Amino acid sequence: MADPLLDVRHLRVEFPTRRGTLLALDDISFSIAPGEILGVVGESGAGKSLTGASIIGLLDPPGRIAAGEIRFDGRRIDNLPYEEMRRVRGRSIGAIFQDPLTSLDPLYTVGQQLVETIQTHLAVGAAEARRRAVRLLEETGIPAAEERLDQYPHQFSGGMRQRVVIALALAGEPKLIVADEPTTALDVSIQAQIISLLRRLCKEHGAAVMLVTHDMGVIAETCDRVAVMYAGRVVEIGPVGAVIHSPAHPYTVGLMGSIPAMDEDRGRLLQIDGAMPRLTAIPTGCAFNPRCPRAFDRCLVERPDLLPAGATEAACWLHAAPLRAAA
Amino acid sequence: MSAVVATKTARLVEAEGLAKTFDVSAPWLNRVVERKPRQFVHAVDDVAFAIARGTTLALVGESGCGKSTVARLLVGLYPPTRGRVVFDGVDITGPGRTNTVRRRMQMIFQDPYASLNPRWKVQDIVAEPLREHGFAEGRSGAANDRRLADRVAELLSSVGLAAADAEKFPHQFSGGQRQRISIARALATEPEFLVCDEPTSALDVSVQAQVLNIMKDLQTRQGLTYLFISHNLAVVRHVSDQVGVMYLGRIVEIAAKAHLFTTPRHPYTRMLLDAIPDIHMSGRARTPVQGEVPNPLHPPAGCAFNPRCPFANERCRVERPALLPAGAVRVACHAVEEGRI
Repeated sequence: MADPLLDVRHLRVEFPTRRGTLLALDDISFSIAPGEILGVVGESGAGKSLTGASIIGLLDPPGRIAAGEIRFDGRRIDNLPYEEMRRVRGRSIGAIFQDPLTSLDPLYTVGQQLVETIQTHLAVGAAEARRRAVRLLEETGIPAAEERLDQYPHQFSGGMRQRVVIALALAGEPKLIVADEPTTALDVSIQAQIISLLRRLCKEHGAAVMLVTHDMGVIAETCDRVAVMYAGRVVEIGPVGAVIHSPAHPYTVGLMGSIPAMDEDRGRLLQIDGAMPRLTAIPTGCAFNPRCPRAFDRCLVERPDLLPAGATEAACWLHAAPLRAAA
Repeated sequence: MSAVVATKTARLVEAEGLAKTFDVSAPWLNRVVERKPRQFVHAVDDVAFAIARGTTLALVGESGCGKSTVARLLVGLYPPTRGRVVFDGVDITGPGRTNTVRRRMQMIFQDPYASLNPRWKVQDIVAEPLREHGFAEGRSGAANDRRLADRVAELLSSVGLAAADAEKFPHQFSGGQRQRISIARALATEPEFLVCDEPTSALDVSVQAQVLNIMKDLQTRQGLTYLFISHNLAVVRHVSDQVGVMYLGRIVEIAAKAHLFTTPRHPYTRMLLDAIPDIHMSGRARTPVQGEVPNPLHPPAGCAFNPRCPFANERCRVERPALLPAGAVRVACHAVEEGRI
């Protein structure tokens, strides 16, 4: 990749607490090319949402970026003052959250919220902003957009609300959209509609997407590349097809095997025993070693970084070249 | 209405014409002042099925289709408005629901955080049904306690937890471990029939796999019969023998697993199957069915699915289809009945 749109390097996020500092994200590095869809997948507490929140500058205090940097379009954005970050957020980076009801203000009509967003980020008049708002609603597949514009969020169904949220995210014509579990609160038939809508619109608008989800199926259908997270680290990253069909990290292997498949009968699901460690008790060495069927001495003491492993990169000592291991 | 699905072995549980209507009217004063009529939601309407001993019936559908209401009707948490539930040949809708019947059926709930009392030790949680059903009566206090403790330890180890866990409180466990405690509690009275209402929906996939494996092992070992409620078709495919698809309070298709997943008949079943993101092929082109589930307060006339159905015609808009046999399965669809699809 020549010029990544988003470049995250060695990002480290900490939460200072009375009982010591919790390391929530540990040395996260990845990049997103213009127009690319990167999936971020992992189980609850792996740090997926936190990664998204760090990028859009909405880390809840006392969480803080302790090290590393985030570059957007060549410019460093992790250390911007609040007001400047506000201008980046919405204009250059749009956001879609899980719950469409809480992302909309119940006291304003959908139109008011869209027009406000458009006028905040783009220099257009009120009439033009309204025209754009109608067009955005039409693009997101809301019937009778002109009339719906003057309705309040409670008059929309869950799927329709999520369409409005997508329209809002696209309003500032951003180059990147961070979508945090955009379909988790929706039924499966609505989920399919929203996913295909998101994919189509981002293609049309040329926006790149960072899609945070725990649903491997959504990732498989939507993304170009995928990053698998575990206990605050990226354990594997690579093209979607390679990660799904020939995963290199034992955690990814277990994760894929534990998903009931639609097209084959499995007597028993592959299971990863135990659960992800809490942030207070992350084991030394590789964080996955207590659950890993293939752990050996080195895994217990030394933390692996991402290493090339076939078509993907995996943070696993199994893929360390013998030469490098000796050096 | 007689029982519906032909089964080879004896039926353990049968639902016949089961219906549940909820009164969702505004308060009396509002109705008088604003001249609003009473309002009812037909949460479950005319649902019939039979579950053979040792097998699993899964009910799938989207939110609000009435699948959880069916679960609650079966275990007696709601009294049905119409219809009856027959358990092992006995009508248990009325006075037939004796304590013996209650002991023989148990339920596992969706949210492992809400379904365990946070102030109770695991020992007390798992032992509660034992006390309730007089498992250790007629002994002195100490002998009684020891017997209960032994039984709890046995139950905990059957779901892969340690006997020592009995002394802990629910907050010391992860979501998956809590769901195992729920299963241990449900198994305490040695039930034959377990109603599982979305037992893995709140869990991560790797933990979901652990719980599903335990449930399957228990079924093989103890010959349990399950009613498994889920919105996740992949999970349903993994656990079930027979699948009922629900839409707006009615079963639209009920079939053996092999039939339902290979040759779905009802347009709604086809849509559901098509809507599942396919993990094995990225970028598969598909056209999601448009529209959303209608408001159950004002369901469409005729077939409830007709506004979203690509095969709907005039008859579908006025006449509600009955659940009729179509080959090896039962489908409620005019288009299937007329051979149009």
